[in-house]
Amino acid sequence: MTGGMAPLLGPALGLSAILFSLGVAGVLLRRNAIVLFVCIELMLNAVNLTFVALAQLHGASGQVMVFFVMTVAAAEAAVGLAIILAIFRHKQSVDLQNINLLRG
Amino acid sequence: MIASQWVWLAVALPLAGFLVNGALALRRAPAKLAVSIVGPGVLLGAFAVSLGVFLGLLGQPPHEPHIVPLWPWMPAGALEVDLAFQVDQLSAVMLLMVTGVGSLIHLFSVGYMKEDPGYARYFAYLNLFVVCMLVLVLGSNFPVLFIGWEGVGLCSYLLIGFWFTDKANADAGLKAFIMNRIGDFGVLVAMVFLWRELGTLDFVQIAGRAPEMLEPGGTVVTLITLLIFLGCTGKSAQIPLYTWLPDAMAGPTPVSALIHAATMVTAGVYLVVRTNVLFAMAPLSSAVVAGIGAVTALFAATIALRQYDIKKVLAYSTVSQLGYMFLAVGSAAFAGGIFHLVTHAFFKALLFLGAGSVIHAMHHAYHATHSHQDAQDMRNMGGLRQHMPVTFWLMSIATLAIAGIPPLSGFFSKDEILASAFARGAEMPVFYLYYAFGVVAVLLTAFYMARLITMTFLGENRTGAEESRHLHEAPWIMTGPLLVLGVLSLIGGAINLPTFAGGHHALEERLEPVTAPGAAFARVELPHGATELLLVGGAILIGVVGLVLGYRATLARRIPTASEAPEDTGLARVLNRKYYVDEIYDAAIVRPLVWLSRVVLWKGVDQGVVDGAAVNGTAKLSRGLGWLGSRLQTGQVGVYVVLFLVGALWILRAVTR
Repeated sequence: MTGGMAPLLGPALGLSAILFSLGVAGVLLRRNAIVLFVCIELMLNAVNLTFVALAQLHGASGQVMVFFVMTVAAAEAAVGLAIILAIFRHKQSVDLQNINLLRG
Repeated sequence: MIASQWVWLAVALPLAGFLVNGALALRRAPAKLAVSIVGPGVLLGAFAVSLGVFLGLLGQPPHEPHIVPLWPWMPAGALEVDLAFQVDQLSAVMLLMVTGVGSLIHLFSVGYMKEDPGYARYFAYLNLFVVCMLVLVLGSNFPVLFIGWEGVGLCSYLLIGFWFTDKANADAGLKAFIMNRIGDFGVLVAMVFLWRELGTLDFVQIAGRAPEMLEPGGTVVTLITLLIFLGCTGKSAQIPLYTWLPDAMAGPTPVSALIHAATMVTAGVYLVVRTNVLFAMAPLSSAVVAGIGAVTALFAATIALRQYDIKKVLAYSTVSQLGYMFLAVGSAAFAGGIFHLVTHAFFKALLFLGAGSVIHAMHHAYHATHSHQDAQDMRNMGGLRQHMPVTFWLMSIATLAIAGIPPLSGFFSKDEILASAFARGAEMPVFYLYYAFGVVAVLLTAFYMARLITMTFLGENRTGAEESRHLHEAPWIMTGPLLVLGVLSLIGGAINLPTFAGGHHALEERLEPVTAPGAAFARVELPHGATELLLVGGAILIGVVGLVLGYRATLARRIPTASEAPEDTGLARVLNRKYYVDEIYDAAIVRPLVWLSRVVLWKGVDQGVVDGAAVNGTAKLSRGLGWLGSRLQTGQVGVYVVLFLVGALWILRAVTR
């Protein structure tokens, strides 16, 4: 324990790291665009958890930041899902392996 | 003095003629009458100006040359070149000769070129040539002379290739231009050397400074004079750069008469005389000049023996006579060279115009019967005396003149050259050899000229029964100039009569101020008394023998026409093929050069190194790098994420360290 000032800080950061790593692994390994999207959300929320946990030490600004992140994530979800939907309509698939129009 | 100030008018008039005729040539409608008036008209005007300048100079005792500055041309630091004309005894003589003979040839051309579609273009070129030639002889310094020197080369090119639709003519023009360029390189380098050594390019100043600043007989002056002489061999068709002149006969015949006999080809002789002090200071160069001249005189005369084209015979004769002039100036007989230059201009222009008259008649005869025989081949002529008596008699006069029969003009000038070479032999024995060459060339000259006259005018007519009815004498506009030249060929020797003929070397005295700087270093004392008479008598005898032999030998056998003549064999074949010099040059220089240009420079350097390695190589390198970079862009989101992650981690590591 690091003391009464910051209860459960260690486990919270640890969980956050695990969740973030899961997100990264998901982005790297999975091909389904929806799953990828979920993994990105997972990473964002892992970061949120970090913010909340560290807010105990550094004041409320961390918690304010979480609201920003959640807002951005909501907007991102709307745009991202719209893009995925558009891709699906076009390609009848959300497998990222098939989407490589940017190849040089 | 007053007359000299107007000398620019002699140049401006033909220049105006060039502009007018050039503008008329661009019009679709032919304006033959206007061209016929402007073309020869401006020349006659220039002749009148020249006559004024000459007479103005004649009335005064010899003195410093008049410099007529027009405007500053190259004021560059220590180098100050003005566009200025120099009027002295030498340029006055040349001026009079160029405009005089030029006027006659312009008049002749009115008749000769009457039916040519390029009539206005022809006169535009001819006027431009006269402009350049006058700039050449009037220029008061090397660069101005060089304008004319290059200009006459250009006009020569344009006029040789006048009938450019025939590739052979265009090639002949190109050959003349390239050969001349080789020589011009020598003049250019000589100019640079003169500037470095003397700090001036002005003729008057060169004559003044050279004796003080250059070592007589030294390497520098020898080098400079040899470089100048290289230019002269190109312009004046001497060995080794003479091969363009016979090919230059592809141009219209009056052009051959004006450019390739009377004026342009004598520019080399003029240049040597103009820079006589340099040549006099370099005995080695003078010996080379005289040697090349003597060898060329003999060599070209032997080729002329077996040519069948009437103009080719005259072309080689011109090369040979130019050799005589160089023999003269190489023997330090500068005035003698100019003397022969002038008389040669008279009789050779007459011969060429006479040949033009003959070709004109032959061409019309063949044209009337739609025959495709060669109108210039002497084997197709014969017996033309009955059809064109005026041309025959006038050409006979010129033949006697060139063969050196007294009292015609060629006798005096040629005799003086041989005497000078003989006299020079006392100092340098090699000149006795040159003298011998000259004497043999006299024999050959008389022989081939007698052959020309006999084949063309005497004996049976070989043109063809149908054609011979169409042969006729040329119109008066052509015979008129011939008549004037005939008179000049007869009495032209009067300008420089030797003492034994009751004269006092008038031309030599007139040219004294010009040749004096050279005479201070090398002076030729002509033989007197018994020796002189012996030399003269010998030369006359040899000339007569040559004429008789040529006449007899040509008349002795029946001459087959060109189409049925068998190929020559043995020595005659070698002579007819001009010692295969063209073929040797082709094999030794032209083809290796073309091979080098094509295989090494074009395919190797240009296509291989420049295009291949430099230009396309850079493009290929960029494309390769681009290809490598584009391999990173897989389009797979996963790969981007990995890279992004690696990058993020790398930055994180760098930041936290």
